[in-house]
Amino acid sequence: MFGTLRDLLKTNGEFALGAGLTAFVFLIAALSFVSPQPPLDVYVVPPDLPPGWPHVFGTTSRGQDVFWQLTFAIRNTLLFGLTVALLSRVISLVVGLLAGYKGGWVDRLLMSINDTFIVIPLLPILVLLYFVMRDRMTWGFLAMTMALLGWAYDARLIRSVAMSLRHRDFTRTSVFSGMGTREILQREHLPYVLPIVFSTTLNNMNWSIGLEVTLAVLGFTDINTPSIGGMIYWANQHTAMVAGIWWWIAFPVALVMMVFIGLYLLAVSLNEYIDPRSRLSRMGVAS
Amino acid sequence: MRAFALYGAKRLGQFVLVVFVGINIAYLITHATPIDPVEQSIAAVTAYGNTSPEAITMMRAALRELYGMNGTPLEQYAGFWRRIASADFGPSLSAFPTPVTTLIARALPWTIGLMLTATLIAWALGNMLGGLAGYYREHRGLRAMGMVAMGLHPIPYYIVAFVLLVVFGYLWPVLPITGGSAMNLRQAVDLDHALSILQHSVLPAASLILVGVGGWFLGMRALVSNVVTEDYVAYAELGGVARGRILRSYVMRNALMPQVTGLAMSLGTIFNGAIITEQVFGYPGVGSLLVAAVYAGDYGLVLGVTTISIIGVSAAVLLIDLAYPLFDPRVQHD
Amino acid sequence: MLSVQGLKAYYMTRHFGVQREVRAVDGIDFEVLRNEIYGLAGESSCGKTTLIKTIAAAWKPPLQIVAGSVGFTFAPDILRLAPAELARVRWKHLAYIVQGSMSVLNPVRRIRESFVDFAFRHLGVARAEFDRRVSAHLARVKLDPGIVNAYPHQLSGGMRQRVTIALATICRPEFVIADEPTTALDVLVQKDVLDMIREVQREIGSSVLLVTHDLGVHAHVADRMGIMYAGRLVEEAPTRELFRAPRHPYTAHLIASLPRIGDRTTRKPLEGSPPNLAAPPPGCRFHPRCPLAMDRCRAEVPPLQTIGAQHRVACFAVNA
Repeated sequence: MFGTLRDLLKTNGEFALGAGLTAFVFLIAALSFVSPQPPLDVYVVPPDLPPGWPHVFGTTSRGQDVFWQLTFAIRNTLLFGLTVALLSRVISLVVGLLAGYKGGWVDRLLMSINDTFIVIPLLPILVLLYFVMRDRMTWGFLAMTMALLGWAYDARLIRSVAMSLRHRDFTRTSVFSGMGTREILQREHLPYVLPIVFSTTLNNMNWSIGLEVTLAVLGFTDINTPSIGGMIYWANQHTAMVAGIWWWIAFPVALVMMVFIGLYLLAVSLNEYIDPRSRLSRMGVAS
Repeated sequence: MRAFALYGAKRLGQFVLVVFVGINIAYLITHATPIDPVEQSIAAVTAYGNTSPEAITMMRAALRELYGMNGTPLEQYAGFWRRIASADFGPSLSAFPTPVTTLIARALPWTIGLMLTATLIAWALGNMLGGLAGYYREHRGLRAMGMVAMGLHPIPYYIVAFVLLVVFGYLWPVLPITGGSAMNLRQAVDLDHALSILQHSVLPAASLILVGVGGWFLGMRALVSNVVTEDYVAYAELGGVARGRILRSYVMRNALMPQVTGLAMSLGTIFNGAIITEQVFGYPGVGSLLVAAVYAGDYGLVLGVTTISIIGVSAAVLLIDLAYPLFDPRVQHD
Repeated sequence: MLSVQGLKAYYMTRHFGVQREVRAVDGIDFEVLRNEIYGLAGESSCGKTTLIKTIAAAWKPPLQIVAGSVGFTFAPDILRLAPAELARVRWKHLAYIVQGSMSVLNPVRRIRESFVDFAFRHLGVARAEFDRRVSAHLARVKLDPGIVNAYPHQLSGGMRQRVTIALATICRPEFVIADEPTTALDVLVQKDVLDMIREVQREIGSSVLLVTHDLGVHAHVADRMGIMYAGRLVEEAPTRELFRAPRHPYTAHLIASLPRIGDRTTRKPLEGSPPNLAAPPPGCRFHPRCPLAMDRCRAEVPPLQTIGAQHRVACFAVNA
């Protein structure tokens, strides 16, 4: 596997860029563990200082070092995205594999439900949820809700892979040898589906982080846990842009953009690698 | 024709299912939580504390009545649906006593106008450019466009809207950044007013288009690269069919079909983007209404907007689904 | 009508520093005369498809023409023709019948529109007259003219194949290339389609290059035949002569392996497998599997020599 990664890094520019950006972001998140300031404390350093030394990214109007705040914010944001993505993988996999393999009325029923969740606009529902929960809204709860709502798009992708596997010979052999559905899905089909699951995980992370940033910017989440959206929210509350404290917003925005673009490039290049036809066309052989 | 009727019936059934599930989710959230939305509303409304205790009691009773908090869970459920069916969400708490439906009706055209134009422009432009990029793979300009699309596409709506706000609000203020139209104009149907509306919608629309166009571009480019390898394209090239015709009627036409389905699937996401874009630019659509309602603790308005959003988006998806056979003759005659 | 000389076309690929050259067509010389059906036979991966792609001037990288020329009476050097001139030649003079698989016709265009796409500008008549001619032509291939309003997915495989034949012949081209026109069809439809091809050919007086691995098809309609092996032509003769007295060991084996009513002898398979065209054996490409192989065969390439009336063979054992 490391050989494959090395090849990808060397030949695929998108993969290299995506991996670089993502690694950089994770590094910043990891730095949160050595932060000299606890994230929730305010007014620990002089406020409104522009970027310089020792505050490389400046300080906020609330007296926090932007850089160290950022490490916590990005760590929480990334954790949130990972949690939602992992939780929703479970549902996506179950629905996708089952629908793709079984076909017939099972497939149609599951896909009807699936399409329902694709069509329903999720932001109003999450806003409604926040409205009802107010201060009782926690990160875990939000993550779980988003996982329960955000599995649909990826389930469809997994289903199409499963459908193509259904008619392969090894599936037929498994059926004839008496393996049950669950066994077949788990032992035989799962390895084929895992690559696309990996790339959908990355896309799902982008989606959930984007939604969380949107909610947090409006102030519709737990604003006491530092997150990228939360930083922007507080910056807006203190009218940072008008007051000229651009660094409070610029750096979180830049960093989160790196997350989005990095994860996206990774997902795209992995997808291209997985699909043999695109891999061949990249090598210069006509398809 | 009969096949189409069958297809239409299936799509209609899906529409009903989506609306049903969506509204049930809304119901679950509001009724099955340990938090009492009525109390929350009252807390938010009376936060600036000048309300007498009797007024609070009356408000509580009225709200509980209005929002179906009385009676057994079954009665509540039935009452909820009865009210939805009659489009009665009660009066708005923040703009008492204007009914919620009036407020929504006032804001809805703005959102529909914005979304409709922005989505169509992004879809058409993205598909056209993406199709050309997929066909003329060596064109440098198109390849550069592809890289820009890849950079823009993953960025969420909020960030793009915000960046546009900063750029055009502070750095280069040539376009208005708030409102639906200039405040000092008469609300009449005349050219001045129309132009003002147009001017105010440029930034919100641009924000939606910038985010959307990248996705359609990349998708179409991938589809076209696949279609170009199809037998009928090779055959047409062998047959010396005019290049322009191959590009239009053989390649793009066939690649467009999945994009129509994709449009239906992404309407929910585009709507989410519209909500936040409206908020950033103070555009008077249902998005701004929703956010303001949350800040004001206006339960009826929040519920109303959520419900209407679900129904609206599902209806739009239904329309696109019904129009799909126009693109793909195989569906019509199956 | 068609003259191919010294044609060499290779697939050249280069990736990750490894260069490969697949010699799909390695020195082919033959001619197709006016008003005849020339059958090209050979097993899969012998280079037939590459050959006809090249003859039809429809090659794309990584396929490259390394040497040789292809000349038609209407286009003396078709390989070096500019795209605009090529488009003028196509369909009016040089047509192509492909395997009528599911996806050879544009699924979103009606049959009528496909005809317009391919043939309208060549015939130079008004639309009404064009429609009339299309209907008449479809009737000639025994199709209901009403199908012009149908979409491809509404037709059966046999009908689609007949549509492609009609499409290819409506402009009365001088040369038609037919690439596996019957492979995907069942036997009864096969016979119909083949008869139709021959009928249309006799009527228009065009030349047909029929390519298929199925020797039975060739026996049915071909006037002359050429056998290809590993990128080279090994034998060429009038059909009857070829079946009666095949000279090249490979051809002999092919013919002998055809089932015959009343013949109960066991068929012996040929040893070995078709050569890897990226690294073909030196000299005569067939020598590793040939029962008549001599030392000379390993070293030199046997040239195609005439041994009888219109009968050419490339084999040292035969030509000695």
